[in-house]
Amino acid sequence: MAEKKVFFKSLKDLPKEDFFVQGHRACSGCGETIAVRLIMKAVGPNCIVITPTGCLEVVSSPYPYTSWAVPWYHVAFENAAAVASGVEAGLKALMRKGKLEKKRIHVIAIAGDGGTADIGLQALSGALERGHDFLYVCLDNEAYMNTGIQRSSSTPYGAWTTTSAVGKIMLGKLQWKKNMPAIAAAHDIPYVATACPAYPLDLVNKAKKAVEIDGPAYLHVLTPCVPGWRILSNLSIKIARLAVQTGIFPLYEVEDGRLHVTVKVPKRKHVKEYLKLQGRFAHLTDDEIEKIQKRVDMESEKLGLGPRET
Amino acid sequence: MEKFKLNPKPTWKELPIASMIPQPATSRFYKTGDWRSFRPVVDKKKCTRCGLCWVYCPDGAIRIVEDGSYDVDLDYCKGCGICAEECPVKAISMVEEVEE
Amino acid sequence: MAKRIAIECSHAISLAAKLANVDVVAAYPITPQTHIVEKLSEYVADGELDAEYINVESEHSAMSACIGASAVGARVFTATAGQGLALMHEMLFIAAGNRLPIVMAVANRSLSPNLNIWGDQSDMMASKDCGWIQIYAENAQEVFDFTLQAFKIAEDERVMLPVAINFDGFYVTHVIEPIVALDQEEVKKFLPPRKIPSYALHPDHPTTWGPIGLPDVQTELKRQLEEALRNSKTVIKEVWKEFGDMFGRYYDFFEPYRLEDAEIAILMMGGHCGTARIAVDKLREKGEKVGLIKLRLFRPFPDEELIKLTKNLKVLAIVDKAFSPGGLGGPVFTEVKALFYDQKIKPEIVGFIAGLGGRDIRVDEFMVAVERAKKVLMGEKIDKGFMFLQVRE
Repeated sequence: MAEKKVFFKSLKDLPKEDFFVQGHRACSGCGETIAVRLIMKAVGPNCIVITPTGCLEVVSSPYPYTSWAVPWYHVAFENAAAVASGVEAGLKALMRKGKLEKKRIHVIAIAGDGGTADIGLQALSGALERGHDFLYVCLDNEAYMNTGIQRSSSTPYGAWTTTSAVGKIMLGKLQWKKNMPAIAAAHDIPYVATACPAYPLDLVNKAKKAVEIDGPAYLHVLTPCVPGWRILSNLSIKIARLAVQTGIFPLYEVEDGRLHVTVKVPKRKHVKEYLKLQGRFAHLTDDEIEKIQKRVDMESEKLGLGPRET
Repeated sequence: MEKFKLNPKPTWKELPIASMIPQPATSRFYKTGDWRSFRPVVDKKKCTRCGLCWVYCPDGAIRIVEDGSYDVDLDYCKGCGICAEECPVKAISMVEEVEE
Repeated sequence: MAKRIAIECSHAISLAAKLANVDVVAAYPITPQTHIVEKLSEYVADGELDAEYINVESEHSAMSACIGASAVGARVFTATAGQGLALMHEMLFIAAGNRLPIVMAVANRSLSPNLNIWGDQSDMMASKDCGWIQIYAENAQEVFDFTLQAFKIAEDERVMLPVAINFDGFYVTHVIEPIVALDQEEVKKFLPPRKIPSYALHPDHPTTWGPIGLPDVQTELKRQLEEALRNSKTVIKEVWKEFGDMFGRYYDFFEPYRLEDAEIAILMMGGHCGTARIAVDKLREKGEKVGLIKLRLFRPFPDEELIKLTKNLKVLAIVDKAFSPGGLGGPVFTEVKALFYDQKIKPEIVGFIAGLGGRDIRVDEFMVAVERAKKVLMGEKIDKGFMFLQVRE
């Protein structure tokens, strides 16, 4: 039975210091950077962060400017989990052989949805199966945003992207969003969780819990993207909150195989509250929206979320 | 390690090995504040010091002042407006940056 | 105390990695190198080698894991071949560009298609521009010695580059040969533990590795890499001399055979030099002034040394076990031809492609190559300057 420890009772318990610092080149209102800033406060300076190619990497490391106050490594696009495996193993061996002072150093991979669910899936699966002691955070802005909004397997049904274009015969992405947390959980790892920056206390506690766990942990964070979702820059948090309140992005933990919802939604808002604020869904017909609603109803029932608001 | 010079155009001998950046947090030298068109203004009388603006700022551009109040760090604020949108007591308003 | 033992060449490499006390091994199997990683697994399971053994799920991840482990300061080793090396291609450039002293054993294997598990040099040659130091071995003793030396060369502060030790798949990997195996004490004296760099990944001194580099810095980064490879020639010579002084086996960039008064020489890398020596002896019996130059170091290319070595030759017959389709011949051939362009005195340089996909190059085939090279000297040029030695027409 996992410890019911709460690391941060309130947001004021977070360190004032930033480990992901000012001056990064992210867009105004970027949801990803809100999440990273908070996760890094929760984790602290005693870590090594590995990021694959993507928005986070590009905005935080244009030579000679780096937004990282912790050791950080960008290698390539598809191998964050493999590099993290190597870092973890290297530290383990060096400490065991007395070449490095023995102390726990958290190894964290922070990747986008492209670098996780698509090109990075093999490396992630390998690292999870081998049981390395590391945390894998997927920052999900639901497309390959850094290269100009191309579709990933994490892009939701019906969304416009440049490679799931909206035209006369096809209306956005034709497939449902890939369930990455379920894939991670299927590897029987000790901890899987979903989180969202609109629920910051839930997010920082999950990040801290995940990083303290012995073995692999997976954290999937929904992070709105201003240009990619076609939203106003001041609505990133509001839209992230609606994703949870409509049941589209439920917040839960899977610990040792058992799932429990961490942010209860007693009455789910209609999905159109969420969709109508985003230009990437502007083309959806009422029928399409109902299709999405039915799917969310079905998924929410499975998770035991509340009924839909009428 | 030699003291790192923040030069985006070093010679090949000055460039650190493997082009790494040997000093942490050098992006603080890059002031993103000139990106914005709107600037947040905090009404400190309305402010309840809940800290949500500080939590939600993507750029860490909300500072906690010595007296415990919250202020905007204009060096880095990109003017996204999330702080104004999320403030529970609407103590922050977005004011257009006008050329003097 | 060094011991003379009989050992399969693959296992000689595992033994060398064990004696080098590597910290991390990234292991993915592929014929014909699999015996290397299997033996290492046994060593780790028995507690004979204290290392983290990562069973990665592909070669690309093998090199990625090596990169991660090397970045924190660990001594890292892996092995691959053919398709596996091709899969790691992207990561090879990053390993070299990030100046990580990884040592990799490459059991040279033909690249598909066809699916061919046997030995030629097309795998390493397809990635020759990756920035790694590339050394070619002929036999088990060389592979054993080179692997140990590789760590010392790679970890030298003037170098800080990964090293690939190449050897023929099956012809060398699977052969049991006698070698003089050094013991742990001797290796400890020659090869101290890796010094963790001051800029290694560690929270005590945070550094940012792998930034995005605008056009403003790319040229400078590549020039640094070039300098490191040029420096490595000096370091390789130093390490080889030190090894020789300590253990009595001296190595050089080239191993000449009966070259003193030769007018024609075969130049090649790898295990088939053994067969070539027999061909040289047979031709000498016939009165031909033939010799052999075995090339050991491909990158950095030992240009000045080759010019000195070949100054009395009339013909250089270069046998490559790889080639560039649609190009001007095999990799060693094109490299040497480019080298001699500026020289006032140059031998006739003739290229032969042989040994592809593990086809054995026989003594008489080497003799045919030498005869054909002699004809070029008489004016019978070969179209494009090179030919396939063994193709059935």
